Amino acid sequence: MIPNDIKSYFPILNQEVNGHPLVYLDSAATSQKPIQVIEAISNYYNLDNSNVHRGVHTLGNRATDSYEGAREKVRKFINASSTQEVIFTRGTTTALNTVASGYGRQNVQEGDEIVITYMEHHSNIIPWQQLAKEKGAVLKYIDLEADGTISLEKVRETITPQTKIVSMMYVSNVLGTINPIKEVAQIAHENGAVVVADLAQAAPHMKIDVQDLDVDFAAFSGHKMCAPTGIGVLYGKKALLEEMEPVEFGGEMIDFVGLTESTWKELPWKFEGGTPIIASAIGLGAAIDFLEEIGLDNIAAHEHKLVGYAMDQLETIDGLQIFGPRDPMKRCGLVTFNLDDVHPHDVATVLDMSGIAVRAGHHCAQPLMKWLQVTATARASFYMYNDEEDVDRLVAGLRSAKEYFGDVF
Amino acid sequence: MSFNNLDQLYRSVIMDHYKNPRNKGSLEENSVTIDMNNPTCGDRIHLTLKLNDDVVEDAKFDGEGCSISMSSASMMTQIVKGKKLDEALELADIFSKMMLGEDFDDEKYDLGDVEALQGVAKFPARIKCATLAWKAMEKGVNNEKK
Repeated sequence: MIPNDIKSYFPILNQEVNGHPLVYLDSAATSQKPIQVIEAISNYYNLDNSNVHRGVHTLGNRATDSYEGAREKVRKFINASSTQEVIFTRGTTTALNTVASGYGRQNVQEGDEIVITYMEHHSNIIPWQQLAKEKGAVLKYIDLEADGTISLEKVRETITPQTKIVSMMYVSNVLGTINPIKEVAQIAHENGAVVVADLAQAAPHMKIDVQDLDVDFAAFSGHKMCAPTGIGVLYGKKALLEEMEPVEFGGEMIDFVGLTESTWKELPWKFEGGTPIIASAIGLGAAIDFLEEIGLDNIAAHEHKLVGYAMDQLETIDGLQIFGPRDPMKRCGLVTFNLDDVHPHDVATVLDMSGIAVRAGHHCAQPLMKWLQVTATARASFYMYNDEEDVDRLVAGLRSAKEYFGDVF
Repeated sequence: MSFNNLDQLYRSVIMDHYKNPRNKGSLEENSVTIDMNNPTCGDRIHLTLKLNDDVVEDAKFDGEGCSISMSSASMMTQIVKGKKLDEALELADIFSKMMLGEDFDDEKYDLGDVEALQGVAKFPARIKCATLAWKAMEKGVNNEKK
Protein backbone atom coordinates (compact mmCIF):
# COMPACT_ATOMS: atom_id res chain seq x y z
CA MET A 1 0.00 0.00 0.00
CA ILE A 2 1.01 3.56 -0.67
CA PRO A 3 0.73 5.69 2.50
CA ASN A 4 -2.40 7.87 2.52
CA ASP A 5 -0.39 10.98 3.24
CA ILE A 6 2.01 10.38 0.33
CA LYS A 7 1.29 13.79 -1.24
CA SER A 8 2.47 15.53 1.91
CA TYR A 9 6.02 14.29 1.24
CA PHE A 10 6.06 16.29 -2.00
CA PRO A 11 5.82 19.99 -1.07
CA ILE A 12 5.44 21.12 -4.70
CA LEU A 13 2.11 19.33 -5.05
CA ASN A 14 0.55 21.58 -2.44
CA GLN A 15 -0.15 24.58 -4.66
CA GLU A 16 -2.72 26.06 -6.97
CA VAL A 17 -2.05 26.49 -10.67
CA ASN A 18 -4.28 28.84 -12.63
CA GLY A 19 -6.71 28.90 -9.73
CA HIS A 20 -7.02 25.14 -9.28
CA PRO A 21 -5.15 22.66 -7.06
CA LEU A 22 -2.25 21.24 -9.07
CA VAL A 23 -2.67 17.79 -10.59
CA TYR A 24 0.76 16.74 -11.79
CA LEU A 25 0.51 14.09 -14.52
CA ASP A 26 3.90 14.51 -16.16
CA SER A 27 6.14 12.29 -14.05
CA ALA A 28 7.40 10.40 -17.11
CA ALA A 29 9.06 13.68 -18.12
CA THR A 30 10.37 14.29 -14.64
CA SER A 31 9.10 13.22 -11.24
CA GLN A 32 8.56 15.50 -8.29
CA LYS A 33 11.00 15.36 -5.37
CA PRO A 34 10.13 14.34 -1.82
CA ILE A 35 11.24 16.45 1.11
CA GLN A 36 13.75 13.71 2.08
CA VAL A 37 15.64 14.24 -1.19
CA ILE A 38 15.49 18.03 -1.01
CA GLU A 39 16.82 17.86 2.56
CA ALA A 40 19.62 15.45 1.67
CA ILE A 41 20.88 17.90 -0.94
CA SER A 42 20.54 20.92 1.31
CA ASN A 43 22.23 19.05 4.20
CA TYR A 44 25.11 18.17 1.96
CA TYR A 45 25.63 21.79 0.97
CA ASN A 46 25.02 23.06 4.50
CA LEU A 47 27.33 20.59 6.23
CA ASP A 48 29.54 18.42 4.05
CA ASN A 49 30.26 20.16 0.74
CA SER A 50 33.77 19.34 -0.44
CA ASN A 51 35.43 17.68 -3.40
CA VAL A 52 35.67 13.91 -3.36
CA HIS A 53 38.55 11.43 -3.58
CA ARG A 54 41.33 13.90 -2.93
CA GLY A 55 41.19 15.83 0.30
CA VAL A 56 42.81 14.66 3.50
CA HIS A 57 40.43 16.84 5.48
CA THR A 58 37.26 15.80 7.28
CA LEU A 59 34.75 17.42 4.93
CA GLY A 60 36.45 15.74 1.98
CA ASN A 61 36.07 12.39 3.70
CA ARG A 62 32.43 13.02 4.50
CA ALA A 63 31.67 14.04 0.92
CA THR A 64 33.51 10.99 -0.42
CA ASP A 65 31.70 8.66 1.98
CA SER A 66 28.31 10.08 1.00
CA TYR A 67 29.08 9.96 -2.71
CA GLU A 68 30.38 6.39 -2.59
CA GLY A 69 27.56 5.49 -0.21
CA ALA A 70 25.11 6.57 -2.90
CA ARG A 71 26.86 4.26 -5.35
CA GLU A 72 26.35 1.32 -3.00
CA LYS A 73 22.66 2.23 -2.73
CA VAL A 74 22.39 2.18 -6.52
CA ARG A 75 24.18 -1.16 -6.64
CA LYS A 76 21.68 -2.71 -4.27
CA PHE A 77 18.76 -0.99 -6.02
CA ILE A 78 19.51 -2.71 -9.35
CA ASN A 79 21.25 -5.75 -7.81
CA ALA A 80 24.57 -5.23 -9.59
CA SER A 81 27.23 -7.62 -8.35
CA SER A 82 29.72 -4.87 -7.52
CA THR A 83 29.92 -1.07 -7.17
CA GLN A 84 32.60 -1.28 -9.85
CA GLU A 85 29.72 -1.82 -12.27
CA VAL A 86 27.92 1.39 -11.26
CA ILE A 87 29.05 4.55 -13.06
CA PHE A 88 27.51 7.91 -12.30
CA THR A 89 26.63 9.91 -15.42
CA ARG A 90 24.66 13.04 -16.22
CA GLY A 91 21.63 10.93 -17.13
CA THR A 92 20.36 8.19 -19.43
CA THR A 93 21.47 10.05 -22.55
CA THR A 94 25.08 10.31 -21.38
CA ALA A 95 25.07 6.68 -20.28
CA LEU A 96 23.83 5.43 -23.66
CA ASN A 97 26.29 7.66 -25.49
CA THR A 98 29.11 6.27 -23.35
CA VAL A 99 28.23 2.71 -24.41
CA ALA A 100 27.93 3.72 -28.08
CA SER A 101 31.19 5.64 -28.21
CA GLY A 102 33.10 3.40 -25.79
CA TYR A 103 31.99 -0.19 -26.34
CA GLY A 104 30.46 0.50 -29.77
CA ARG A 105 33.49 2.08 -31.40
CA GLN A 106 35.75 -0.69 -30.14
CA ASN A 107 33.53 -3.58 -31.15
CA VAL A 108 31.36 -2.65 -34.14
CA GLN A 109 32.82 -2.99 -37.63
CA GLU A 110 31.70 -2.46 -41.20
CA GLY A 111 28.74 -4.65 -42.08
CA ASP A 112 27.88 -5.42 -38.44
CA GLU A 113 24.33 -4.86 -37.23
CA ILE A 114 22.95 -2.76 -34.42
CA VAL A 115 19.35 -3.59 -33.50
CA ILE A 116 16.86 -1.22 -31.86
CA THR A 117 13.04 -0.86 -32.01
CA TYR A 118 10.56 1.61 -33.47
CA MET A 119 9.48 2.70 -30.02
CA GLU A 120 12.85 4.01 -28.83
CA HIS A 121 13.39 7.45 -27.36
CA HIS A 122 15.69 9.65 -29.46
CA SER A 123 18.44 9.09 -26.89
CA ASN A 124 18.43 5.39 -27.75
CA ILE A 125 18.35 6.00 -31.52
CA ILE A 126 20.79 8.75 -32.40
CA PRO A 127 23.93 7.40 -30.65
CA TRP A 128 23.47 4.17 -32.68
CA GLN A 129 22.73 6.07 -35.90
CA GLN A 130 25.97 7.97 -35.45
CA LEU A 131 27.91 4.81 -34.64
CA ALA A 132 26.45 2.98 -37.65
CA LYS A 133 27.36 5.89 -39.93
CA GLU A 134 30.88 6.08 -38.61
CA LYS A 135 31.53 2.34 -38.91
CA GLY A 136 29.49 1.50 -41.99
CA ALA A 137 27.30 -0.71 -39.82
CA VAL A 138 23.59 -1.42 -40.39
CA LEU A 139 20.98 -0.03 -37.99
CA LYS A 140 17.96 -2.36 -37.88
CA TYR A 141 14.58 -1.70 -36.28
CA ILE A 142 12.37 -4.37 -34.71
CA ASP A 143 8.83 -3.77 -35.94
CA LEU A 144 5.99 -3.46 -33.44
CA GLU A 145 2.73 -5.36 -33.15
CA ALA A 146 -0.52 -3.50 -33.80
CA ASP A 147 -1.09 -2.96 -30.05
CA GLY A 148 2.35 -1.45 -29.53
CA THR A 149 4.05 -4.51 -28.06
CA ILE A 150 7.09 -6.45 -29.25
CA SER A 151 6.84 -10.08 -30.29
CA LEU A 152 9.73 -12.44 -29.68
CA GLU A 153 9.29 -13.88 -33.20
CA LYS A 154 10.10 -10.48 -34.68
CA VAL A 155 13.02 -10.17 -32.26
CA ARG A 156 14.34 -13.56 -33.47
CA GLU A 157 13.87 -12.52 -37.11
CA THR A 158 15.77 -9.27 -36.67
CA ILE A 159 18.73 -10.34 -34.54
CA THR A 160 21.32 -12.37 -36.50
CA PRO A 161 24.88 -13.56 -35.87
CA GLN A 162 25.98 -10.29 -37.53
CA THR A 163 24.30 -8.33 -34.74
CA LYS A 164 26.78 -6.86 -32.27
CA ILE A 165 24.52 -4.67 -30.14
CA VAL A 166 20.82 -4.82 -29.25
CA SER A 167 19.53 -1.75 -27.46
CA MET A 168 15.98 -1.47 -26.20
CA MET A 169 13.86 0.39 -23.71
CA TYR A 170 12.40 -1.72 -20.89
CA VAL A 171 9.33 0.53 -20.72
CA SER A 172 8.08 2.80 -23.50
CA ASN A 173 7.68 6.47 -22.59
CA VAL A 174 4.80 6.74 -25.08
CA LEU A 175 3.01 3.40 -25.23
CA GLY A 176 3.77 2.42 -21.66
CA THR A 177 4.58 -1.06 -22.96
CA ILE A 178 6.78 -3.24 -20.75
CA ASN A 179 9.13 -5.01 -23.13
CA PRO A 180 10.37 -8.63 -22.68
CA ILE A 181 13.93 -7.46 -22.10
CA LYS A 182 15.06 -10.66 -20.36
CA GLU A 183 13.98 -12.86 -23.29
CA VAL A 184 15.51 -10.37 -25.74
CA ALA A 185 18.81 -10.56 -23.83
CA GLN A 186 18.78 -14.33 -24.15
CA ILE A 187 18.17 -14.18 -27.92
CA ALA A 188 20.88 -11.54 -28.31
CA HIS A 189 23.38 -13.62 -26.35
CA GLU A 190 22.63 -16.71 -28.44
CA ASN A 191 23.68 -14.61 -31.43
CA GLY A 192 26.78 -13.25 -29.73
CA ALA A 193 25.46 -9.71 -29.28
CA VAL A 194 25.44 -7.56 -26.16
CA VAL A 195 22.22 -6.04 -24.81
CA VAL A 196 21.77 -2.46 -23.66
CA ALA A 197 18.66 -1.74 -21.59
CA ASP A 198 17.25 1.77 -21.41
CA LEU A 199 15.69 1.70 -17.95
CA ALA A 200 14.70 5.39 -17.84
CA GLN A 201 10.96 4.65 -17.58
CA ALA A 202 11.36 1.36 -15.73
CA ALA A 203 13.66 2.07 -12.79
CA PRO A 204 11.26 4.58 -11.15
CA HIS A 205 8.33 2.18 -11.27
CA MET A 206 9.38 -1.43 -10.81
CA LYS A 207 11.99 -3.62 -9.13
CA ILE A 208 15.05 -3.98 -11.35
CA ASP A 209 17.50 -6.86 -11.14
CA VAL A 210 20.19 -6.48 -13.78
CA GLN A 211 21.62 -9.92 -13.03
CA ASP A 212 18.28 -11.61 -13.46
CA LEU A 213 17.56 -9.69 -16.67
CA ASP A 214 21.11 -10.56 -17.74
CA VAL A 215 21.56 -7.31 -19.65
CA ASP A 216 25.13 -6.26 -20.44
CA PHE A 217 24.62 -2.53 -20.05
CA ALA A 218 21.79 -0.50 -18.55
CA ALA A 219 21.07 3.20 -18.26
CA PHE A 220 18.69 5.31 -16.21
CA SER A 221 18.16 8.85 -14.94
CA GLY A 222 17.72 10.00 -11.36
CA HIS A 223 15.26 12.80 -12.05
CA LYS A 224 12.46 10.46 -13.13
CA MET A 225 12.73 8.59 -9.80
CA CYS A 226 12.50 11.37 -7.22
CA ALA A 227 16.17 12.43 -7.48
CA PRO A 228 17.44 15.72 -8.90
CA THR A 229 18.27 16.35 -12.55
CA GLY A 230 21.86 15.94 -13.73
CA ILE A 231 22.48 12.50 -12.26
CA GLY A 232 22.08 9.13 -13.94
CA VAL A 233 23.62 5.70 -13.94
CA LEU A 234 25.43 3.53 -16.42
CA TYR A 235 25.52 -0.10 -15.37
CA GLY A 236 27.83 -2.45 -17.21
CA LYS A 237 29.10 -5.95 -16.63
CA LYS A 238 32.57 -5.68 -15.15
CA ALA A 239 34.34 -7.69 -17.84
CA LEU A 240 32.92 -5.44 -20.58
CA LEU A 241 33.64 -2.19 -18.73
CA GLU A 242 37.20 -3.29 -18.09
CA GLU A 243 37.82 -3.71 -21.81
CA MET A 244 36.24 -0.37 -22.60
CA GLU A 245 38.34 2.74 -23.00
CA PRO A 246 37.11 5.86 -21.19
CA VAL A 247 35.32 8.42 -23.36
CA GLU A 248 36.11 11.45 -21.23
CA PHE A 249 39.61 12.27 -20.08
CA GLY A 250 40.87 14.59 -17.39
CA GLY A 251 41.06 14.86 -13.63
CA GLU A 252 39.59 12.28 -11.28
CA MET A 253 39.77 9.40 -13.80
CA ILE A 254 43.56 9.03 -13.97
CA ASP A 255 45.99 6.81 -12.16
CA PHE A 256 49.30 8.23 -13.37
CA VAL A 257 49.90 11.07 -15.83
CA GLY A 258 53.14 11.32 -17.81
CA LEU A 259 54.13 13.72 -20.58
CA THR A 260 53.01 11.50 -23.43
CA GLU A 261 51.17 8.63 -21.75
CA SER A 262 48.72 8.23 -18.90
CA THR A 263 47.01 5.37 -17.15
CA TRP A 264 43.47 5.16 -15.83
CA LYS A 265 41.99 4.55 -12.44
CA GLU A 266 40.20 1.29 -11.94
CA LEU A 267 36.45 0.86 -12.32
CA PRO A 268 34.15 2.68 -11.91
CA TRP A 269 36.20 5.89 -11.65
CA LYS A 270 37.92 5.60 -15.03
CA PHE A 271 34.56 6.61 -16.53
CA GLU A 272 34.03 9.56 -14.20
CA GLY A 273 36.34 12.26 -15.52
CA GLY A 274 36.19 15.62 -13.76
CA THR A 275 34.64 16.57 -10.44
CA PRO A 276 31.54 14.39 -10.24
CA ILE A 277 27.94 15.45 -9.67
CA ILE A 278 28.31 14.96 -5.94
CA ALA A 279 25.18 16.56 -4.50
CA SER A 280 22.92 15.02 -7.13
CA ALA A 281 24.42 11.57 -6.54
CA ILE A 282 23.69 11.98 -2.84
CA GLY A 283 20.18 13.09 -3.79
CA LEU A 284 19.82 9.92 -5.85
CA GLY A 285 20.89 7.87 -2.83
CA ALA A 286 18.20 9.58 -0.73
CA ALA A 287 15.63 8.98 -3.49
CA ILE A 288 16.48 5.27 -3.49
CA ASP A 289 16.04 5.14 0.30
CA PHE A 290 12.65 6.81 -0.14
CA LEU A 291 11.54 4.47 -2.96
CA GLU A 292 12.58 1.42 -0.96
CA GLU A 293 10.72 2.66 2.08
CA ILE A 294 7.54 2.98 0.00
CA GLY A 295 8.42 -0.28 -1.77
CA LEU A 296 8.85 -0.69 -5.53
CA ASP A 297 6.31 -3.51 -5.56
CA ASN A 298 3.77 -1.23 -3.87
CA ILE A 299 4.49 1.51 -6.40
CA ALA A 300 4.07 -0.91 -9.33
CA ALA A 301 0.81 -2.32 -7.94
CA HIS A 302 -0.56 1.17 -7.27
CA GLU A 303 0.27 2.31 -10.79
CA HIS A 304 -1.16 -0.75 -12.51
CA LYS A 305 -4.41 -0.17 -10.67
CA LEU A 306 -4.40 3.53 -11.44
CA VAL A 307 -3.63 3.01 -15.12
CA GLY A 308 -6.46 0.47 -15.34
CA TYR A 309 -8.83 2.98 -13.74
CA ALA A 310 -7.58 5.79 -16.00
CA MET A 311 -8.06 3.72 -19.16
CA ASP A 312 -11.58 2.73 -18.11
CA GLN A 313 -12.50 6.35 -17.37
CA LEU A 314 -10.81 7.82 -20.45
CA GLU A 315 -12.62 5.37 -22.68
CA THR A 316 -15.93 6.88 -21.58
CA ILE A 317 -14.97 10.05 -23.45
CA ASP A 318 -16.33 10.02 -26.96
CA GLY A 319 -13.62 10.37 -29.62
CA LEU A 320 -10.70 9.67 -27.28
CA GLN A 321 -8.09 7.28 -28.69
CA ILE A 322 -5.62 5.51 -26.40
CA PHE A 323 -2.29 4.24 -27.79
CA GLY A 324 -0.48 1.10 -26.63
CA PRO A 325 -1.63 -2.18 -25.10
CA ARG A 326 -5.10 -2.31 -23.54
CA ASP A 327 -4.09 -4.62 -20.70
CA PRO A 328 -2.89 -2.43 -17.80
CA MET A 329 -0.61 -5.23 -16.61
CA LYS A 330 1.33 -4.98 -19.87
CA ARG A 331 2.11 -1.33 -19.28
CA CYS A 332 3.72 1.01 -16.81
CA GLY A 333 2.10 4.08 -15.27
CA LEU A 334 1.17 6.23 -18.22
CA VAL A 335 -1.56 6.68 -20.82
CA THR A 336 -0.99 8.38 -24.16
CA PHE A 337 -4.01 9.53 -26.11
CA ASN A 338 -5.52 11.92 -28.61
CA LEU A 339 -8.88 13.63 -28.43
CA ASP A 340 -10.80 13.90 -31.68
CA ASP A 341 -9.44 16.61 -33.94
CA VAL A 342 -8.22 18.72 -31.06
CA HIS A 343 -4.45 19.06 -31.33
CA PRO A 344 -2.63 17.77 -28.20
CA HIS A 345 -1.08 21.21 -27.58
CA ASP A 346 -4.52 22.69 -27.44
CA VAL A 347 -5.66 19.89 -25.12
CA ALA A 348 -2.65 20.52 -22.86
CA THR A 349 -3.33 24.26 -22.72
CA VAL A 350 -6.97 23.75 -21.74
CA LEU A 351 -5.92 21.23 -19.06
CA ASP A 352 -3.26 23.63 -17.78
CA MET A 353 -5.95 26.27 -17.31
CA SER A 354 -7.61 23.72 -15.00
CA GLY A 355 -4.37 23.14 -13.06
CA ILE A 356 -3.62 19.79 -14.74
CA ALA A 357 -0.11 19.23 -16.10
CA VAL A 358 0.21 16.75 -18.99
CA ARG A 359 2.77 16.38 -21.74
CA ALA A 360 1.93 17.10 -25.37
CA GLY A 361 4.16 16.59 -28.37
CA HIS A 362 6.25 13.88 -29.95
CA HIS A 363 7.79 12.72 -26.64
CA CYS A 364 11.25 12.52 -28.22
CA ALA A 365 10.08 9.53 -30.24
CA GLN A 366 9.56 10.75 -33.80
CA PRO A 367 10.01 7.31 -35.46
CA LEU A 368 7.27 5.99 -33.15
CA MET A 369 4.98 8.94 -33.98
CA LYS A 370 5.46 8.05 -37.63
CA TRP A 371 4.63 4.43 -36.87
CA LEU A 372 1.47 5.53 -35.03
CA GLN A 373 0.69 7.86 -37.96
CA VAL A 374 0.29 10.88 -35.71
CA THR A 375 2.40 14.01 -35.39
CA ALA A 376 1.87 14.44 -31.70
CA THR A 377 -0.03 12.98 -28.76
CA ALA A 378 -1.01 13.95 -25.23
CA ARG A 379 0.31 11.90 -22.32
CA ALA A 380 -0.78 11.59 -18.71
CA SER A 381 1.85 9.84 -16.62
CA PHE A 382 1.42 8.73 -13.04
CA TYR A 383 3.57 8.12 -10.03
CA MET A 384 3.03 6.96 -6.48
CA TYR A 385 1.59 10.35 -5.50
CA ASN A 386 -1.24 10.28 -8.04
CA ASP A 387 -4.65 8.87 -7.17
CA GLU A 388 -8.09 8.26 -8.62
CA GLU A 389 -9.13 11.81 -7.80
CA ASP A 390 -6.34 13.06 -10.11
CA VAL A 391 -7.67 10.80 -12.87
CA ASP A 392 -11.18 12.15 -12.29
CA ARG A 393 -9.87 15.70 -12.61
CA LEU A 394 -8.13 14.75 -15.87
CA VAL A 395 -11.28 13.20 -17.28
CA ALA A 396 -13.36 16.24 -16.29
CA GLY A 397 -10.71 18.52 -17.84
CA LEU A 398 -10.79 16.55 -21.08
CA ARG A 399 -14.57 16.75 -21.20
CA SER A 400 -14.32 20.53 -20.81
CA ALA A 401 -11.69 20.67 -23.56
CA LYS A 402 -13.96 18.72 -25.86
CA GLU A 403 -16.85 21.00 -25.03
CA TYR A 404 -14.74 24.11 -25.44
CA PHE A 405 -13.39 23.16 -28.82
CA GLY A 406 -16.75 21.80 -29.88
CA ASP A 407 -18.13 25.27 -29.15
CA VAL A 408 -15.48 27.29 -30.91
CA PHE A 409 -15.38 25.07 -33.97
CA MET B 1 -16.10 25.18 -15.95
CA SER B 2 -15.43 28.70 -17.15
CA PHE B 3 -12.52 29.37 -19.44
CA ASN B 4 -12.41 33.16 -19.69
CA ASN B 5 -8.62 33.04 -19.92
CA LEU B 6 -8.76 30.58 -22.75
CA ASP B 7 -10.98 32.86 -24.76
CA GLN B 8 -8.09 35.28 -24.96
CA LEU B 9 -6.08 32.57 -26.66
CA TYR B 10 -8.64 30.85 -28.79
CA ARG B 11 -10.47 33.76 -30.39
CA SER B 12 -13.11 32.76 -32.92
CA VAL B 13 -11.13 34.33 -35.75
CA ILE B 14 -8.23 32.00 -34.85
CA MET B 15 -10.48 28.98 -34.88
CA ASP B 16 -11.86 30.11 -38.22
CA HIS B 17 -8.36 30.21 -39.72
CA TYR B 18 -7.59 26.82 -38.19
CA LYS B 19 -10.72 25.20 -39.58
CA ASN B 20 -10.65 27.06 -42.91
CA PRO B 21 -7.02 27.85 -43.59
CA ARG B 22 -6.35 30.49 -46.24
CA ASN B 23 -3.64 29.88 -48.83
CA LYS B 24 -3.25 26.21 -47.97
CA GLY B 25 -1.15 24.24 -50.42
CA SER B 26 2.08 24.68 -52.30
CA LEU B 27 3.13 27.03 -55.10
CA GLU B 28 4.67 25.21 -57.98
CA GLU B 29 6.85 27.29 -60.24
CA ASN B 30 9.62 29.73 -59.44
CA SER B 31 8.87 29.81 -55.78
CA VAL B 32 11.05 30.01 -52.73
CA THR B 33 10.56 27.00 -50.46
CA ILE B 34 11.12 27.02 -46.73
CA ASP B 35 10.63 24.01 -44.47
CA MET B 36 10.75 24.63 -40.78
CA ASN B 37 9.75 22.71 -37.71
CA ASN B 38 9.51 23.16 -34.01
CA PRO B 39 11.74 20.38 -32.70
CA THR B 40 10.26 20.47 -29.23
CA CYS B 41 6.72 19.66 -30.32
CA GLY B 42 6.84 18.36 -33.89
CA ASP B 43 4.92 21.20 -35.55
CA ARG B 44 5.99 21.50 -39.15
CA ILE B 45 5.49 24.08 -41.88
CA HIS B 46 6.20 23.97 -45.60
CA LEU B 47 6.02 27.51 -46.95
CA THR B 48 6.28 28.54 -50.58
CA LEU B 49 6.67 32.19 -51.58
CA LYS B 50 6.55 33.72 -55.04
CA LEU B 51 8.80 36.75 -54.92
CA ASN B 52 8.89 39.17 -57.85
CA ASP B 53 10.45 42.61 -58.17
CA ASP B 54 10.87 43.02 -54.48
CA VAL B 55 7.27 42.02 -53.79
CA VAL B 56 5.69 38.92 -52.23
CA GLU B 57 3.33 38.05 -55.07
CA ASP B 58 1.92 34.90 -53.59
CA ALA B 59 2.31 32.68 -50.53
CA LYS B 60 1.02 29.24 -49.64
CA PHE B 61 1.64 26.94 -46.70
CA ASP B 62 1.25 23.32 -45.79
CA GLY B 63 1.99 21.66 -42.51
CA GLU B 64 0.92 19.97 -39.35
CA GLY B 65 0.42 21.50 -35.98
CA CYS B 66 -1.86 22.92 -33.35
CA SER B 67 -4.58 25.51 -33.87
CA ILE B 68 -2.24 28.36 -32.96
CA SER B 69 0.58 27.43 -35.34
CA MET B 70 -1.69 26.67 -38.29
CA SER B 71 -3.98 29.69 -37.88
CA SER B 72 -0.94 31.92 -37.52
CA ALA B 73 0.46 30.51 -40.77
CA SER B 74 -2.85 31.14 -42.51
CA MET B 75 -2.94 34.75 -41.29
CA MET B 76 0.70 35.35 -42.16
CA THR B 77 0.25 34.26 -45.77
CA GLN B 78 -2.79 36.48 -45.99
CA ILE B 79 -1.09 39.62 -44.75
CA VAL B 80 2.25 39.33 -46.59
CA LYS B 81 0.70 38.89 -50.02
CA GLY B 82 1.35 42.01 -52.09
CA LYS B 83 3.78 43.42 -49.52
CA LYS B 84 7.30 44.53 -50.41
CA LEU B 85 10.07 42.32 -49.01
CA ASP B 86 11.10 44.97 -46.50
CA GLU B 87 7.51 45.36 -45.40
CA ALA B 88 7.17 41.62 -44.93
CA LEU B 89 10.27 41.62 -42.73
CA GLU B 90 8.93 44.57 -40.79
CA LEU B 91 5.68 42.68 -40.22
CA ALA B 92 7.65 39.70 -38.92
CA ASP B 93 9.37 42.06 -36.50
CA ILE B 94 6.08 43.56 -35.40
CA PHE B 95 4.66 40.10 -34.88
CA SER B 96 7.64 39.03 -32.84
CA LYS B 97 7.24 42.10 -30.61
CA MET B 98 3.54 41.39 -30.26
CA MET B 99 4.34 37.87 -29.07
CA LEU B 100 6.93 39.07 -26.59
CA GLY B 101 4.47 41.60 -25.20
CA GLU B 102 6.68 44.50 -26.30
CA ASP B 103 5.47 47.79 -27.72
CA PHE B 104 5.04 47.80 -31.46
CA ASP B 105 3.87 50.20 -34.16
CA ASP B 106 0.21 49.34 -34.65
CA GLU B 107 -0.44 52.30 -36.93
CA LYS B 108 1.75 51.53 -39.91
CA TYR B 109 -0.03 48.38 -41.11
CA ASP B 110 -3.55 47.15 -40.89
CA LEU B 111 -2.87 43.93 -39.00
CA GLY B 112 -6.40 42.64 -39.54
CA ASP B 113 -6.93 39.09 -38.28
CA VAL B 114 -3.37 38.90 -36.99
CA GLU B 115 -4.38 41.08 -34.04
CA ALA B 116 -6.41 38.15 -32.74
CA LEU B 117 -3.13 36.40 -31.93
CA GLN B 118 -2.14 39.05 -29.37
CA GLY B 119 -3.54 36.88 -26.58
CA VAL B 120 -0.88 34.23 -27.27
CA ALA B 121 1.63 36.50 -25.51
CA LYS B 122 -0.05 35.56 -22.22
CA PHE B 123 0.65 31.86 -22.86
CA PRO B 124 4.47 31.64 -22.97
CA ALA B 125 4.44 27.95 -23.84
CA ARG B 126 2.52 28.69 -27.02
CA ILE B 127 4.53 31.62 -28.42
CA LYS B 128 6.75 29.29 -30.45
CA CYS B 129 3.66 27.79 -32.06
CA ALA B 130 2.57 31.22 -33.25
CA THR B 131 5.95 32.40 -34.52
CA LEU B 132 6.87 29.30 -36.58
CA ALA B 133 5.32 30.46 -39.87
CA TRP B 134 6.66 33.99 -39.45
CA LYS B 135 10.17 32.70 -38.84
CA ALA B 136 9.88 30.62 -42.01
CA MET B 137 8.74 33.66 -44.01
CA GLU B 138 11.54 35.79 -42.56
CA LYS B 139 14.09 33.16 -43.55
CA GLY B 140 12.74 32.88 -47.09
CA VAL B 141 12.69 36.63 -47.66
CA ASN B 142 16.12 37.15 -46.11
CA ASN B 143 17.64 34.45 -48.32
CA GLU B 144 16.14 36.13 -51.37
CA LYS B 145 17.54 39.52 -50.42
CA LYS B 146 21.10 38.21 -50.16
